[in-house]
Amino acid sequence: MAREPGGEKIVNPNPMMSNGNNCQRLFRLLLGLLLAVLAAGLGYVLSSLPSPAPGLSKPVAEHLEASGVSNPVTAVLLNYRAYDTLLELGVLLLAPLGVWSLGVAARHREPLVDPVLDMLARLLVPMLILVAGYLLWAGAHAPGGAFQAGSVLAAAGVLLLLSGWWPGPAFSGLPLRVSLTAGPGVFLVAGVALMFAGGRMLEYPPPFAGALILLIEAAATWSIGITLAALFAGGRPVAGPHR
Amino acid sequence: MSLLQPVFDIVLGLALLWLAWRAVASPDLFRGIVLFIAFGLVMALVWVRLDAPDIALAEAAIGGGLTGALLLATLARLESGGGAGTGRGKDRESEPNDE
Repeated sequence: MAREPGGEKIVNPNPMMSNGNNCQRLFRLLLGLLLAVLAAGLGYVLSSLPSPAPGLSKPVAEHLEASGVSNPVTAVLLNYRAYDTLLELGVLLLAPLGVWSLGVAARHREPLVDPVLDMLARLLVPMLILVAGYLLWAGAHAPGGAFQAGSVLAAAGVLLLLSGWWPGPAFSGLPLRVSLTAGPGVFLVAGVALMFAGGRMLEYPPPFAGALILLIEAAATWSIGITLAALFAGGRPVAGPHR
Repeated sequence: MSLLQPVFDIVLGLALLWLAWRAVASPDLFRGIVLFIAFGLVMALVWVRLDAPDIALAEAAIGGGLTGALLLATLARLESGGGAGTGRGKDRESEPNDE
């Protein structure tokens, strides 16, 4: 275990050991050289950046009042660049689809019947749900938001899965699928509804912007949490009794 | 106070680089994953120092927590030789050949 970080343990099936080693050393040298050039280039670019960085923070601050929230990060994510966030949620929806296409979820080990873990899960899961709700609410005016809240929710899910809870067939069918698609779904419906209401897609009218953002973020939080927990479960759920 | 902050930043940056290197170079997969989780947590501190608490929260929760959990679950499946799939993953040898 106490090997050097150089990692000299690549097994070389080639009988001409020394030749292979030489080749490898040359390759490493070349790789190191290229990386050094890359690092020097990046360092040069970084040092030649204009020091008061021209950014969009001023226009963001100027239009913050119309965005419906007072946290500039949330304003950018859910209002100014809402389209990007919508697509991001779409990507997040693709991830469990990819995992599900690989096979059926199987408990990869017997759940531990451990009273300490059980008690901890019982104490922590409600608290994690509460923290997720707080992060979602706080996102409007302080650091936080749907992604943070969703990942805390997912942590609760992972804890439940680890302590032996497994979604029953009642949850693994339609409810699970609705949960996975709720975030991008609500986002999309809101965007298209705004189009029919006369605006452009995802152009929130300022009086409703705050409420709309909260609604979208709430759905997104739920979806993100369930998505990440489903990724941890791995594989698509089986309908009917567990095999 | 004025000296403490740059020193803290330098230590933080060096720790980040060291953890990243160890995580990549570790021949033991389990150790690599644990180092990766530690890397995520130190990275969250770096984001706080860079005045980006939003990213710090996401990094701590996703980079430090969930990705680590996912990697550990993957490792458990690799070591048990099975896998999520019914067909896929079975063709893999039962003993992992990467340490």
